[in-house]
Amino acid sequence: MKLRKRRKGILSRLLRALFFRKVPAKIGIYGPPNAGKTTLANTIIHTFVDENEDIGVSTEVPHETRRAVRKEGVLIDLKSKSVQNPYLNVSPDSNVTSTAEQKPREGKSKLKLDIVDTPGLATKIDFHDFMAFGLEEKEAKKRAKEATEGVIEAIKWLDDIDGVLLLMDATEDPYTQTNIVIIGNLEARSIPMIVVANKMDLAEAAPQRIADAFPQHTVIPISALKGENMGELYMEMARRFR
Amino acid sequence: MEIKMDLISEDKINSMGSTEKLRFILDGVKSGNIVILEGGLTSEEQMKLIELTMTEVSDDFPGIEISGYQAKRSFFNLRRKPRLTVIGPAKVMRTIKKDKDLISAVVSAV
Ligand SMILES: Nc1nc2c(ncn2[C@@H]2O[C@H](COP(=O)(O)OP(=O)(O)OP(=O)(O)O)[C@@H](O)[C@H]2O)c(=O)[nH]1
Ligand SMILES: [Mg+2]
Repeated sequence: MKLRKRRKGILSRLLRALFFRKVPAKIGIYGPPNAGKTTLANTIIHTFVDENEDIGVSTEVPHETRRAVRKEGVLIDLKSKSVQNPYLNVSPDSNVTSTAEQKPREGKSKLKLDIVDTPGLATKIDFHDFMAFGLEEKEAKKRAKEATEGVIEAIKWLDDIDGVLLLMDATEDPYTQTNIVIIGNLEARSIPMIVVANKMDLAEAAPQRIADAFPQHTVIPISALKGENMGELYMEMARRFR
Repeated sequence: MEIKMDLISEDKINSMGSTEKLRFILDGVKSGNIVILEGGLTSEEQMKLIELTMTEVSDDFPGIEISGYQAKRSFFNLRRKPRLTVIGPAKVMRTIKKDKDLISAVVSAV
């Protein structure tokens, strides 16, 4: 029964891929709390939709996002000037420019996607952690409850997602059970994914550690906050999610 | 305080249906035990377990800690076969180091 359901999922995905190319693929931004998912979603929207529009709030408090939010029809344009440098404050680093030379082929430079920012996945949610950020006990408990619902929502969204940007904080140990479980589920459902090593602007960032932990997957280092190396990520998205 | 460990054989786990299995694990963990499964859980089962756990998080049960080895794909079998999985109450168990073939966890009574 379970197996049949999954197969149907793969079949309908395939059919959709073949016949309904007009429907934009839904790309979920997944990862543990605080990886920078909302920051990335906002950066994508600032670059391609409206520089004053935010999909959600990003803060240093984990489980800030507790409802999945979808932004429909984001037109990723690889030729757009702002792709290389959305905030115009990035130093022309040598490894950042490498993708600028890889010009996308004519007619293949645009790609319409739905971007879904999801709540961070976790196996535990302790209201005391929110109190450590200064919330009152009552408020902290309410937030913990919402956060548990958020995790469930993120998991349920996997049924409707066509591709995943799996975000990890490159300053942290990537080899966590949550990351392994997300990857295992995506592999089992044949959902294409890109592993994104975020916060490369920080001195402690070690994207190579992520690449070593998941050698079977493409890992793109970025800074969602500073807009670094976004061009390479968009190029890979165009390759993977088209 | 004592902490109980339940080591469950693969045969016992395989004899249970998927809902029964998750219920069995979570009940054990909620009563404070560390549950160790020979043969382990698949990624999909672990995701279901996280989902079930989230519906039962409360003020004194913040959730679970899971640790396990990544599933291995055997040569003849395309399905990934999970290996060992350890599940414990987040309150008492914390994974401190984990790589492909070694898991280090601390268990401390509250
Ligand atoms: N230095 C640095 N900080 C970042 C970067 N991206 C995000 N952050 C910071 O990390 C924190 C968490 O960012 P969010 O975007 O809220 O993270 P999230 O993954 O959406 O978190 P949840 O919604 O709570 O799951 C915020 O303080 C961000 O400013 C980055 O590229 N570099
Ligand atoms: Mg968020």
